[in-house]
Order: sequence, then structure tokens, then C-alpha cells
Amino acid sequence: MDISIVLIVLLVGALVTYLSGNKFASKTALISSIAAFGATIISLNAFQNGEDLDVNLPWISQLNINFALHVDGLSLVMLVLTTGLLPLIILSGFITKFENSKSIYALMLFMGFAMAGTFLASDGFLYYIFWEIALIPIYFIALNWGNGDVEERKKAILKFFIYTFAGSLFMLLAFIYLYTKGGSFDITKLYALQLTTTEKTYLFIAFFLAYAIKIPLIPFHTWQANTYSKAPAVGTMLLSGIMLKMGLYSVLRWQLPLTDEVAKAHVPYIVGISIAGVIYGAIVTLKQKNLKKFLAYSSLSHVGLIAAGLYSLTFEGFQGAVLQMLSHGIVIVGLFYVVELIYSRYNTYEIKEMGGIRIQDTYFASLFMIIMLASVALPTTFNFIGEFNLLYSLFKVNIWYAVLAGTTIILGAFYMLRMFQKVMLGGETKSFKKISKQESIVLIIVVGLTIFFGLFPQPIIDLITPSLQSILTQIK
Amino acid sequence: MNILEHVGIENYLTLSALLFCIGAFGLLYRRNAIIMFMSIEIMLNAVNLLLVAFSSYHEDPSGQVFVFFTMAVAAAEVAVGLAILVSVFRNIGNIDIDNLKNLKG
Amino acid sequence: MNTTILLLLFAPLAGFLITLFFGKKLGKTVSGAIGTAAVAISFLCTLSLFSQINAGETIATFKLADWFSIGNIKINFSFLFDQLSVLWLLFVTGIGSLIHLYSISYMHEDENMHKFFSYLNLFVFFMIALVAGSNLLIMFIGWEGVGLCSYLLIGFWYKNQDYNDAAKKAFIMNRIGDLGFLIGIFILGFHFQTLEFLEIKALLGKDLITPSLLSIAALCLFIGACGKSAQLPLATWLPDAMAGPTPVSALIHAATMVTAGIFMITRMNFLFDLTPEIQNVIAIVGAITAIVAASIGLVQNDIKKVLAYSTVSQLGLMFLALGLGAYEVAVFHVITHAFFKACLFLGSGSVIHALHGEQDMRNMGGLRKVMPITFWTMMISTLAISGIFPFSGFWSKDEILMTAFHANIPLWVIGSIASIMTAFYMFRLMYLTFFNDFRGTEEQKHHLHESPALITIPLVILAALAAIGGAISLPGNSWLNHYLAPLFKKHEAHHLDGQAYMLMAIATVGALVGIGIAYAKYLKKKEIPVADSEVQGLHKVLSDKYYLDEIYMATIVKPIYMISNFAKKYVEKFISKAVIGLGGATYALSIKGKKIQNGNIGVYLFAFIFGMVGFLVYVFVIRVK
Repeated sequence: MDISIVLIVLLVGALVTYLSGNKFASKTALISSIAAFGATIISLNAFQNGEDLDVNLPWISQLNINFALHVDGLSLVMLVLTTGLLPLIILSGFITKFENSKSIYALMLFMGFAMAGTFLASDGFLYYIFWEIALIPIYFIALNWGNGDVEERKKAILKFFIYTFAGSLFMLLAFIYLYTKGGSFDITKLYALQLTTTEKTYLFIAFFLAYAIKIPLIPFHTWQANTYSKAPAVGTMLLSGIMLKMGLYSVLRWQLPLTDEVAKAHVPYIVGISIAGVIYGAIVTLKQKNLKKFLAYSSLSHVGLIAAGLYSLTFEGFQGAVLQMLSHGIVIVGLFYVVELIYSRYNTYEIKEMGGIRIQDTYFASLFMIIMLASVALPTTFNFIGEFNLLYSLFKVNIWYAVLAGTTIILGAFYMLRMFQKVMLGGETKSFKKISKQESIVLIIVVGLTIFFGLFPQPIIDLITPSLQSILTQIK
Repeated sequence: MNILEHVGIENYLTLSALLFCIGAFGLLYRRNAIIMFMSIEIMLNAVNLLLVAFSSYHEDPSGQVFVFFTMAVAAAEVAVGLAILVSVFRNIGNIDIDNLKNLKG
Repeated sequence: MNTTILLLLFAPLAGFLITLFFGKKLGKTVSGAIGTAAVAISFLCTLSLFSQINAGETIATFKLADWFSIGNIKINFSFLFDQLSVLWLLFVTGIGSLIHLYSISYMHEDENMHKFFSYLNLFVFFMIALVAGSNLLIMFIGWEGVGLCSYLLIGFWYKNQDYNDAAKKAFIMNRIGDLGFLIGIFILGFHFQTLEFLEIKALLGKDLITPSLLSIAALCLFIGACGKSAQLPLATWLPDAMAGPTPVSALIHAATMVTAGIFMITRMNFLFDLTPEIQNVIAIVGAITAIVAASIGLVQNDIKKVLAYSTVSQLGLMFLALGLGAYEVAVFHVITHAFFKACLFLGSGSVIHALHGEQDMRNMGGLRKVMPITFWTMMISTLAISGIFPFSGFWSKDEILMTAFHANIPLWVIGSIASIMTAFYMFRLMYLTFFNDFRGTEEQKHHLHESPALITIPLVILAALAAIGGAISLPGNSWLNHYLAPLFKKHEAHHLDGQAYMLMAIATVGALVGIGIAYAKYLKKKEIPVADSEVQGLHKVLSDKYYLDEIYMATIVKPIYMISNFAKKYVEKFISKAVIGLGGATYALSIKGKKIQNGNIGVYLFAFIFGMVGFLVYVFVIRVK
């Protein structure tokens, strides 16, 4: 058995979903995604029993390109995130009636396939291909099933596509250069290359452009808010829950080990940019009127912190970043789901048209509140563990970084509570239909995961520690 | 007997350059497609002349082989080119290239 | 012992879960009873632990589970039961049980009573974690957890957006302190590679950290304490927090949560002992807070606001004691303060209850006859807080002032003035509320009644404790000092000499002066505070709280909003334009560029030939040179 089973399940699932027709598409998709998750868990189990799950098939042998998948703690954790969130995202699609639903659900699974491949690929060429094909389904999902004015949506999505695509091309250049140097795309061979500092600087910049746009870091973030607000909720969840993490993961897997000393030399600047993003994102979030844009900017702030931890080049930073990727993924899906639930009642994303929901549905309000508190990193939630690690890593670099980035715990509480107050509290204004049991499943899972991993994060830490250590030694 | 001993390679070079320039000038100056065609042929022949001259100079026949190729290809090209011109003439009534602006961006 | 500890820790959590999930089905009284029982169980467990520790048994560390590791630092869910934490737990759970009991009756009208109890239980749970945690991060869990409960309970009546504002403000101001706390944790964790209190204490002597960094760590921890214990400049949330139901004010915003800062500094006393300059900062901040809050308290008309400012002021006195290194004195005052302040808040709650929500003292008066139990219990507590012999406040406050006198005369003067002010405004409160004639509406007058037993029993118990609580630490023969001695650095006790008696006399006279002024103004002349609009001069500055809120609004909140608006309107647009601009530039270039393709073969040929010539010139002429 090897890890390609997960990819196969996802791909076959996408196909079967498409063939199953509009009526059964959603359920088929859900079952497929759960099957993929199950396959992931089995693989995880096998991995922990010491089995070798790597795949290495010759693909384009003339060019020495292989279909190579490598499994370690880090990629497994990301795989679990992908296949774990996918059923949740599909499930949260159930509250929306999609036209031509077989296509959207198939696209979602296909995107899951591409993203999972990105996390697993250990051949640069394969990785690049997965990286790029992940863009195709989200482009169509956002374009066809998005909301708002069609022309504006087209513009926003086109901008997103071209922007991220343009960034990726720099990465392609980097890979081609590396290939000319090493004659192979294999990650271990690339790691072993002896490059000059100038070469590494160019590589660093090329990778940085690709990842900074994908993550996104300021000032490369302008595609984000628009795309989030135009894409359908499931698309936004895919984007913010998993796709952003592709960028962060790649920083850890490709950029930093390949450009070690240059990365080290640039720690102050890149961490500085990331922290600027943390604060800037938080401040811009404050005054957002559209709930989806609000979450987009808050996500910008959170992701900035993750990036800062990665670029701090400390073990704690890596650990915190991975943990925070997971927790942010879980929580942001929950938050967007909440927004979608409200949208399904009020048919608007404008904050000022909401209010007085708690009084009508305390159950919903409680779940929302827990998720919101998790996103402001209250201790005993998963996000706290991540944020604690991240801030600690920044502290190790420089105490002022920790203080500046730490303002996120103040500003984060500020904008989140302010939003919660406006959206949920106050007297009854508009009637709000109570959420049903079925609708609350996603929220309950999110809440449960957040608290569970907030209390027992150690297994994850143990799982990722060896791979993070080896990346760190590669850099050092 | 080698004629080069009498005339000298540099004269061939000058003649070829002159021919080439006449061809190029004609190409730029004239607007009639057939005349332009002829100019191109002159340029081609200038090159042919050069090839032959050098072939003789270096006592290496491959240059002359090239010339045959060039002439053959040029003949074919003329055939096609003239066919196009005939069709252009049928369509627009003249062969002034200023009227052929369909490639305008 | 382990079962006791488990029960102690998890009874309130169980209570929280039960009342949260089943509260509605169980009904109000049952969920109230469950909530109260949960805390009472904790109290009994604490009592048993206390008796063991008091009997000299060794202190217990209890490891529940691993939590996570960060680098080489392992962080566990572990708890430390020593003299300090058990003592603290004793009054947290003890007063907690009484206030739960009180709430059964007080909150009975509220439709969300089960929620109220579940939040209260959750609060007690986090408070226990805060106090009993054996490392800084468990303390931090509790620290943020109680902040959360405070947020939930201040905004308990969430229909009112003003209350929500108050709750939000409390949470955010606390978070400012929390950031300080977190940075302090980082410094200690980085240099000692552990967050366990006992290990840090052991490692402190080993020169692992420079003194200046240690000072920064201490300062950061103190900032955390400032946030939680409402010291300047982070004090303004506490008076607003009175928006919550009165039992909440009594439990969280007077007796327990706000003393967390004092607990933390006492817990880390070994650290603060090494940083005298930070101790000075603490003492000065404490003194300034004490007098500023007391002066604001002089002119407040809302009965709960008076008590709130009084709390801030008393907390200031405790910080003064901490800053002077007299941890046991601070602890002593925390305990007595918990008794009398809880009693005062509950008493005020009883009054508010009787008046159906009226909180303005200008509309009260003459309640002494109608509500004798409330009156007498509050009177005892007022005497205690004013520092009248032999009530508990006398002893604890006297010790603070005595310590201050020996350390620094100006601080003693400030503390004494704050105490005189305290006596004045507390008696002002008593006279306005309970004496003279009733000033409310006829309808209110008609409904005036003494509160039911569930309300008065806690009052009586607390009043009794407020009266005799001083006995735990009498000068010269202090049980408390002896009990806490293992925790603190040894320092000589003050002798009960002539000077000490003189200081007591001065303090008493001061308190009597304060009372006398209140008596003359409010009982003799029957003055009633003027309406808010007629207030002017210094009085206005005081009643507007030195404009602290306005200053914060103008200097912090407004600028943040302005930056936010600016960023949203201009910076975002600018960056967006720049990105779009790149695409636009390409497009414009294409428009211009296509003109070259004019379709004229002559031009093409011209370009071709001259291009070729140019190239040849470059290759054979320019480059050859």
C-alpha cells in the first residue's frame, strides 16, 4: 500500500460524483471525501507503524522526471487537513442549492486531489503541476457559482487567477534553473545542490513571489478580499482553509531548505513584512462592512503571523506555523460556514443589516461564539497553541517582534468582539430561523476539533517534529 | 585557367555588393510587386555570384552546389509568388503593395 | 488526596456542563442548586486540603496530563497545592458558594438563569485553574478563562448594547494586560526553559538571565496584573463592568477575579524580590490608583459605581503593599476585602432588588427601617472597609499603612488620604441609601421589602466574616504570617511599639474625620447630590473620571479607527491600483505596439533591411573594435 491511494480515491471520487448526476452528487461527493479521509487515516496509521508509503514511478524518463510522492509527518499532517476539511466543506455546501451540482462537487473533489498532490509531491515538476491544476477548479467554482454581479465577479476572479498564476511562473523559472543545475527535479537532489549566494538570492525571490501571492502577504494580498467575497462559500473555504496553506507549506518544504543562507540573511525583512501584515490586516479588518471581506482580512492577519513564524527559522516557529495552519483551517471553515448560515437567512453579507440573532437562536450563538473565541486564540483552543508557539518563536528572534505581532491578540479580540456584537447581540431586529440539527453538524465538528486539539495537541507535535527537525538541519 | 587570377576576388565582391544594394534599394523604392520580386532575385543572384566566386577561390565545389540549390528554390518560390500575385491582381485589380494592408494590427 | 483534588477541580466544570446543556430542562431552581452544589463541593474539598496543609503536611503537586511541548519546554496540566493556592481557593470557593446561593434568589426572575449559573460555574473552574496551576501557562488558561467569563457575565443582558460595550471593553483591556503577561512568560520560558513556578524559583539563583531582562519580565507580568486587577492605566474597565448582574460584580469584580493580579505577583514573589525597581513601580502605581479611584468614588451617585471605584482603590492599596514586598499583608487585605466587599455588593444588590433595578442613590434613602438585615450587614462591612476598630479592614489596612510608613512616607500619606476618602464615600453611600426619607417613586415605596432568606443568609455570613476576619492576622501574633512564611523571603516583623499604636490612632482618627464629614453633609444637612448636568468645577472632573475614557477614546481608539478607515479607503485602493496598473500597463503597451504593425509591406521591408544592416554593423564593426 502506498499514499497514492488517497489521490486515487479523490480523483475517482470526482469522476463518480460527476457521473452520479445532479441528484446524488452532493452525497456521492461527501462519501468520496470521507473515503479519502479514511484512506488518509489508514495511511497515517501505517506511517506510524513504520511502513514506507512513498511512491516513485518513472514518468517522463527522458527528462528524468518522476511521479514521486514522499510521506513524512509534515506532509501527512497537511494531507489530513486537506482530506479532513474536504468533507466538512462539502457538508457545508448542503445548505446551498447549487445549479449543476454534479460539476461543483466534482470540482471540489478534484481540487482536493490537486491540493493533496501538492502536499505530497517530492518531484519539483510534479509539485508544480499539482500546484497549478489546483487553480483550475477554484477558478470555475468561483466563476460559475459565485455571488454578486457577474461582470464584477469575472473581473475579481480573473485578477485572482492571473495574479497567482503570474506568481507561480516565477517559481517555474526557479525550478527550471534548478533543473539545469542538477539535472533532476527530485527534492533530495535539489536539496543537495551547491549553489552560490547570488543564485540562492534569485531563487529566494522567485519562490517568495509565488508564495507571497498565494499566502498572501502584504502587499500582495489585493486579490484576496475580492475573491473571497465573490466566490461561493465552499470556494472561499477551499481557498482559505486549504489553498492558502499550500503557500505556507511550500515555504517550509521548498523555499527555505533550498535557499538556506539567503533566507537566514533576510529574516528581519521578511518577518518584518509578515508582522506588518498581521497588524495591517487587523486594522483593516476593523472597518470592514462585508462579513466575508471581514473574514478575508482577518485571515490576512492570521496568515501573516504564520508566515512570520516560518520565516523566523526557529523550530518553535515551524511547529507553531504547522499547528496554526491546522487550527486556522478548521476555524476559518467554521466562520465562513457561520456567515453562510446567516446569509441563507438574511440574504446579505452586510454587517449593518444583521443583529439580534443571539436572542433568537442561543444555540447557534454559542457555537459561533466558541469558534470566534478560538479565532482570537483563547487558551484551551487549538489556535492558542499555535499562536503561543508563533509568538514565542518571534520572541526568540527579537522581543519587539513578539510585542508587535502580539498586538494581534488585542486587535483580534477587538475586531472579533465588535463584529460579534454587531452581528449577534442586541435586541431582536430581523427574524432568524433557528438552525437545524443537520445544519449545526459542521459547527459542532469544528468546535469539537478546536477544543480537542487545544487540549491534546501533543500527538500532532510528535508527528511533525522529525520532519521539521530535518528541515531545520537542512537550513542550518 | 582560373579567371580569378586575372580579375581578382575583390572585384567580384564589389560587384556582388553593388548588385545586392541595387536589389535592396529596388525592393525599398518600388511599390510594384513584380519589380520587387525582380529586386529580390537580383539580391539572390548577388549572393549566388559571391558563392560561386568564393567556391572558385577556395577551390571547393560545395559553394557551387549551394548555388544550384538556391536557384532551384528561387525558381519554386517565384512560381508560388507569381501565382499569389496573379490571384492578388485578380482580386484587387493591381499589384501595388500599398493596397495590401490586411495584416494591419 | 488525588480524588479530592480531582473533585475540587472538576466539580465546577461538571456544574457548568450540566447547567449549560440541561439547565433549561431542569428548571431554574434545580440548575441553581446544582451550580451552587458544584462550588460547595469544591469548597469542601479545599477545606479538606487546607486542613492537611495547615497541619503541616507537605504541599502537593498534581499532574493531570501532558499538554504540549515547545522546543525543550514541556508544559503539563499540573497543579500546585501549597499554602498560598489553598488559602486563595478557600475564599474563592467559599465566597463563591455564598454568592451562588444568593444568586438563586436574586436571578430568579431572569429567563436565562441556568445560563447564569453555568457561566458562574465556568468562572469558578477557571479561577481554580488560575490559582492552583503549577506553571505560568495553566495560570494563563485560568487568566484568560476568567476574562472570558467576565465578558460573558458583564454582557449577560446582551439585549442592551451598552452592556455589550462594557463587556467588550473589559475583555480588550484585559487582553492588553494579557499581552504583557505573555511576553513575561516568553522571557522566563526562554531563559529558564521551564514555566513551573517551583523550578523557576530554584533556577533564579543560577544567573541564567541578566538582571535587566529579569526586570523586563517582572514589568511585563505586572502589566498583566494591571489589566486583570484594574490598575492605572488599565483601570477604566472595572467601573463599566458593573453592567453585569450584581452577584457577578460581587464575585468577579470585587472578591476574586480582580485579585488575580495580586495573586500572580504573590505567586512570583521570588522574582519580584529580585527586581526592586519594578517593586517601586508597583508601589507607585498602586498608590496612584488608590488615590485616583478613591477621589472619583467621592462623587459617584450610582451605588455600584461607588463600590467599583472603592474596589479599584482598595486593589491599589494591595499593590502598594506588594510593591513594598509585604506579600502577606497584601494577601491579608485581599481576604478581608473579599469579605466586606462581597458583602457590600450583595447588600447593594439586595437594595437594587428591593427597588426593582434602581441604582441611583439620589432616588434612595430611608431604607434602614424596611431592610434592617441588609442595613446592618452593610453597616458592618462599611465600618470594616473604613478601617474602624475592631473590624477586619482595620487590621489589614493598618498593616499596609504601617508598612508604607516604614518604607516611604509619601506613599503612606497617599495611602492614608485614600483611606480617609474611603471612609467618607462609604458613609456617604450608607447615609444616602439608608437614612433620611425615601426619595423614590410612590410605586417603589409601596413595594419596598426586605429580601428573602437566600439573599440575607449570605449577607449575614459575610458580614460576620467582615467583622471578625481580622483575627487571622493580628499584629504581633499573626496566624496568617506564620502560615504563609514558607513562601516568602524572611523579613523582620514590625514590632508593636509606641509608633505602631500611634499609627493606628492616626488611621482611626482619619477614618473618623471622613465619616464625620459624610455625617455632617448627608445626615445633618440632608444634602442630596445634584443632578449630573449641574455638576461643575473639580467636582465635574471627578465625576467624569478625570476624562480617562475620553482620553483613551481620543488617543487610542479613534486613531485606530482613523488608520483603519484610511487604510481601507486609500492604502488598499492604492495597492490594488498598483497591481491592476501592471495589467493596465501591459494592455496600454499592446495598444501602442500594434500601431507598428501597419500592414505596409514597404515599412516592414525597410525595418527588416535596416535592422539587418544595424545588426551587421554591430557584429562586424562595433563589436570587432
